[in-house]
Amino acid sequence: MKILVCISHVPDTTSKINFTDGDTKFDTNGVQFVINPNDEFGLTRAMWFKEKQGATVHVVNVGGAETEPTLRKALAIGADEAIRVNTPATDGFSVAKQLANVAKEGDYDLVIGGRESIDYNGGMVPGMVAKLIGANFVNTCIGLEMEGDTATAIREIDGGKETLKTSLPLVIGGQKGLVEESDLRIPNMRGIMQARTKPLNVKDPVDANAETNTVAFQKPAPKGAVKLVDSVDELINLLHNEAKVI
Amino acid sequence: MILVYTESEEGKIKKIALEAVSYAKGIADQMGTSVTAVSINANDVSELGKYGASKVLQVSNDKLNKFNGEAYADTIGQAAKNEGAQVIVLTSSANSKFLAPTLAVNLEAGYVANVISLPESTSPFKVEHSVFTNKAFATTEIKTDIKIIGLGKNSYGLKENETSATTEAFSPNLDAHDFDMEIVSVDKATDKVTIADAEIVVSGGRGLKGPENWGMVEDLAQTLGAATACSKPVSDMGWRPHSEHVGQTGKPVASNLYIAIGISGAIQHLAGINASKVKVVINNDPEAPFFKAADYGIVGDAFEIVPKLTEKLKEFKAQNA
Repeated sequence: MKILVCISHVPDTTSKINFTDGDTKFDTNGVQFVINPNDEFGLTRAMWFKEKQGATVHVVNVGGAETEPTLRKALAIGADEAIRVNTPATDGFSVAKQLANVAKEGDYDLVIGGRESIDYNGGMVPGMVAKLIGANFVNTCIGLEMEGDTATAIREIDGGKETLKTSLPLVIGGQKGLVEESDLRIPNMRGIMQARTKPLNVKDPVDANAETNTVAFQKPAPKGAVKLVDSVDELINLLHNEAKVI
Repeated sequence: MILVYTESEEGKIKKIALEAVSYAKGIADQMGTSVTAVSINANDVSELGKYGASKVLQVSNDKLNKFNGEAYADTIGQAAKNEGAQVIVLTSSANSKFLAPTLAVNLEAGYVANVISLPESTSPFKVEHSVFTNKAFATTEIKTDIKIIGLGKNSYGLKENETSATTEAFSPNLDAHDFDMEIVSVDKATDKVTIADAEIVVSGGRGLKGPENWGMVEDLAQTLGAATACSKPVSDMGWRPHSEHVGQTGKPVASNLYIAIGISGAIQHLAGINASKVKVVINNDPEAPFFKAADYGIVGDAFEIVPKLTEKLKEFKAQNA
């Protein structure tokens, strides 16, 4: 079984979000980058398939050399090989095209992405990759079992869950539930040492036109101060007469 | 022409679909064109005209009774091609987000999710959308001929625009590939308000000390017709199911009212609920970061305040019924 895990290189969840160059670029100054949390749940599930079912796990990222520490971390967690497609990640479609090319060339049974990246929240890359390579697709995936050439996937729906049976190849948009928070792994010293010698292949991009182009960023307007109230009667009154939400 | 996919649940058009029609009508007015809605197995589509649709394509097909990303994307894509759609409006529901990327590839259309307002301009086509989990907004140009917009929930609102709508039956061409995946089971609580649909969300955090204390959260939610939710530590400790976890790695909340009980307000939590209109915090620690993000707050013991709030709300509801 060959698994490809798509890794997005994103600011840590506690990062302060600022912009530079006249609000046209994300300010990376002082920002710590991590594996996108939704991808990390998927990577950890892939480690389970590696350990219990003998799967080979590759990780891939589309981006410049600055994203390599994030790929090395995935190798330290246990992935066998990393691929970096050497082009900046500009829009969802162009990233999906690069990933689809890697997925096709590597002939993977399973491609794991995250439900969305926590930076641009587009939530489109895994679904696009699936369509581009003609694979089945399950989004908001919270459970996955593989057996021979079929998979059973559980997907979160609004208000519940749905269980699907599907042939391979399969692409998922994963999230918490694939594994628990407590299953996530912090790389140990041995893993970090091994990661240094594992292959990290840099690949030239294929032609891919961006369909969208972000031209400016804006931070939300500062919020007014909280209104502290002393009684529940007063709160109900304000919610009814002032905020008009009840 | 602006095409809007109007989602339904058990044959009934969803409220978010009406918001999507309102929004589609807004774009149609900007571009001097009209709105066509496509609905799949909805029983009654008469309401769509009220929000600005002038044509409704009604799909009736038993094979589409359960959501199927591939088949739904094909249906909407074929409707878009037949009608010559310039813009397609979707919502931010789990199903819309599932089918949008498939549809985008099918139509070679650029897609932007979590859009919060009408296009800033339609030529070039630029829309504003939330990014960094509501910590910022971006303005993005869509460069393709057909544009797909995923409208953020509760960002545009319902706007009535009485239009006389004609209804036409529409039968998409679906093949075996559309039904490659087998739906084994669907497990869905039908008696509970979902976080996705809820106008009010009541959420509990570690301050509630244990899962046995959730009764008062549920009572309050029931009184308000609200969905229940929780913070990340609460779901990680297994006090509440993952499906209730709201925040950056959980579900986003864009309700009219969000009530946080015993939640300190970690930056990841606040990001996830930031799109909610009015936020109330009940916490015994006046230094809790949530007070900086909230509109209204009560400093005090949740175990005293919440039952009292529920009781008073019941009286209020009885008087205002």
